[in-house]
Amino acid sequence: MRAAVIVFPGSNCDRDLAVAFREAGCQVEMVWHKDTTLPSGIDLIGIPGGFSFGDYLRCGAIAANSPICAEVKAHADRGGFVLGICNGFQVLTETGLLPGALLRNAGLKFICRTELLTVGTAESVFTGGYQVGQQIDIPIAHHDGNYIASDDVVARLTDEDRIAFRYADNPNGSTADIAGILSSNRRVLGMMPHPERAADEKHGGTDGKAMFTCIASALAAV
Amino acid sequence: MKARVHVMLKDGVLDPQGEAVRHALGGLGFAGVEKVRQGKVIELDLADGTTEDAVREMCEKLLANTVIESYQIEMS
Repeated sequence: MRAAVIVFPGSNCDRDLAVAFREAGCQVEMVWHKDTTLPSGIDLIGIPGGFSFGDYLRCGAIAANSPICAEVKAHADRGGFVLGICNGFQVLTETGLLPGALLRNAGLKFICRTELLTVGTAESVFTGGYQVGQQIDIPIAHHDGNYIASDDVVARLTDEDRIAFRYADNPNGSTADIAGILSSNRRVLGMMPHPERAADEKHGGTDGKAMFTCIASALAAV
Repeated sequence: MKARVHVMLKDGVLDPQGEAVRHALGGLGFAGVEKVRQGKVIELDLADGTTEDAVREMCEKLLANTVIESYQIEMS
């Protein structure tokens, strides 16, 4: 299974994400945002956390219009897998691959701490290693993680079982406690919390590791 | 020629920054500020002949996120 991790100016979780994929047994290629093609045979694209382009204009807005993002969209449209974490989630909403938007945290403060998440669905390659209702400790580190979507969108996400993770104790004002959502084909996941920061004993927690091992084993079979 | 683009959060989208500004004004003793909405202004210097339609396309593609924001264009 081969993963590409996109690197923007200002990405700062790109190497952490690559390590988590490699530890799970994936082959990883780093791809610069100005590239116009993906390496051949990529199964999954990781869009890492950080502050792409300094969060200028809106978080993720300039990254979403960078050359490689046309390829990310084409990959997703072909049914390819995409995982966007933190700034990566913001980029995915800005590209339109996921609905809604991420606004400034309701309390206006940057929040960096471990949050308890409730797993909403096990029906995806990302969440298949968890049980529905399972609670996991995953770090968050963001200023703009307040997920906003219309009532119609939230109803659709709920009806289609696309809410991957909810905050047990909503830290940022997100609608319906949403921490992560899936695309309608369940192959694109965007989430604000950082599973790659809870994937090794030395991180102080390993609740994120199941995401990477599940992705690696599910896609090894593809 | 110039264009000035005003970008605001849509009505109904909570604006925590505007709300913080409202609190701060109250703290300074300014009574009667019932609501504050904070947006941004983007000024563009444009080649002669650039149309408002072109600026509208810029807004739709990049300058505003129309999921949460509305925009107004002033050409001059």
